[in-house]
Amino acid sequence: MIPLSHYLVLGAALFCIAVAGVFLNRKNVIVLLMAIELMLLAVNTNFVAFARYLGDTTGQVFVFFVLTVAAAEAAIGLAILVVLFRNRGSINVDDLDRMKG
Amino acid sequence: MPSTLTDLAPMLPEIWLAAMACVVLVADVYAGRGRITVAYLLAQLSLLGALWLLLRDRSAVPVSLFDGAFLRDELADLLKLFVLALTAAAFAYARGYLRDRGLERGEYFTLGLFGVLGMMVLISAGSLLTLYLGLELLALSLYAMVALHRDSLEASEAAMKYFVLGALASGMALYGISLLYGVTGTLGLDEVARAAAADGADPVMLLALAFVVVGVAFKLGAVPFHMWIPDVYHGAPAAVALYVGAAPKIAGFALAMRLLVEGLGGLQGQWADMLTVLAVLSLAVGNVVAIAQTNIKRMLGYSTISHMGFLLLGLLAGTRDGYGAAMFYALTYALMAAGAFGVVAVMSRGCEAERLDDYRGLNARNPWLAFLMLVLMFSMAGVPPTVGFYAKLTVLKAVIDVGALWLAVLAVIFSVIGAFYYLRVVKLMYFDEPPQEAPVHAGLEAGTVLSVNGLAVLGLGILPGALLALCLQAVG
Repeated sequence: MIPLSHYLVLGAALFCIAVAGVFLNRKNVIVLLMAIELMLLAVNTNFVAFARYLGDTTGQVFVFFVLTVAAAEAAIGLAILVVLFRNRGSINVDDLDRMKG
Repeated sequence: MPSTLTDLAPMLPEIWLAAMACVVLVADVYAGRGRITVAYLLAQLSLLGALWLLLRDRSAVPVSLFDGAFLRDELADLLKLFVLALTAAAFAYARGYLRDRGLERGEYFTLGLFGVLGMMVLISAGSLLTLYLGLELLALSLYAMVALHRDSLEASEAAMKYFVLGALASGMALYGISLLYGVTGTLGLDEVARAAAADGADPVMLLALAFVVVGVAFKLGAVPFHMWIPDVYHGAPAAVALYVGAAPKIAGFALAMRLLVEGLGGLQGQWADMLTVLAVLSLAVGNVVAIAQTNIKRMLGYSTISHMGFLLLGLLAGTRDGYGAAMFYALTYALMAAGAFGVVAVMSRGCEAERLDDYRGLNARNPWLAFLMLVLMFSMAGVPPTVGFYAKLTVLKAVIDVGALWLAVLAVIFSVIGAFYYLRVVKLMYFDEPPQEAPVHAGLEAGTVLSVNGLAVLGLGILPGALLALCLQAVG
């Protein structure tokens, strides 16, 4: 049986990749949205692993809620992306510089 | 688990709001012309109904539902009362602005009601799951509201920044929550509190705490997680900025209270250190950078950051007086912010009055509006006899009581620096020549609500005892 720590390391690695993706990506807003999704999936891995390890189903229930919220979040994120593209004509992260100060 | 429908009575305000938000959504589709009026009246009816349901039968308080996932206690009721009242005021200020901007849709009010529902669920959260769901319902509504003016480049850019940073912070907090669940094996905040008190030094617990504090700091807008605030306040339409700036601050306080104080109270020594750093940075950055702003919404954004520093000071004291002072600060700050943004929204009726220069000579154009803004600015700066002075005083007293004199001295120094930009607005209104002579009309409804709001800031400053006693009772 695969021990709990393997799942936690996987979750942590996915989470770090996601955070790095948000901060390092300077080109495309869609990649930002993907990084955010990845972050939530890392959390889900954690929850499922803990739920299995603890023999407790509430963690798995939480995962269903997180998945639902992630779907709503993606919908709103993409909607904002479309609005932004219509106004700006670009989804380059570096172009988000209208407001300063 | 509740077995009958009557067991759900304590959460009737939430049920009513959820149903009414859907009614507003549908009514808006079928209303045709004059739809903003229909949506607006229904939204106000929903808020008033929820207020009535909240205050109607309080004999059962405190009570918990769904195995402790939903709590209704003194804290929840007082915070919800302010959230509902301030949102009703925000809707009244926003109505005219939205009508003039061609945003005469019900979306603002529908999203606003869902946001209020999210805040109420968050305030009543007794488990990590309800806490997260309330937080996300509020955040998702706010992202969409910021992008409401879809032809505005600033608004869509602000919405995108807010969305990415907000989702990042939610993800961080959620990762912390998953670790908390792994360490404690439960989602209930009361059981988490027992586990935290028992083995507080656990390194995974501290890691979870760090992630959770990031989430709380972001929602409050404390430095260094403040980057979204100036851009959102600047880019969003004034009607949205006024909604974002007022009631969600109370929800942010509730989040800190439920998660850090009630859930992780056993780790108070650890999170107090983190909050100290956040508070000092917020006070410094908020007050100093606000001086350089020429846009009033952006200036109010940085002012929010500095006020959140004060709120954190109350929390980090870690005493009942400190929590009570932080709660008093959160409630009165939300009241002041609603009023100040209300003035901006009323001024922006014809064209956007965003620049500080637009407020030159306001006294000549509408003396009463200028007086209300004067009271609000004095209150934010902390000038007696307004409530802002008393709120700052109680926080400082709580901080000094726990022996952190240097924090209090620092807070006072930065408040004095901050007074400059509030008083600059007063100087512009009273001592400068108006750029145009046209008088400003607030309209009967917005004008009345604004007057009540401004006078409440003054009245609570003269007689703060009752509200402060309620706050202390709620956190005790």
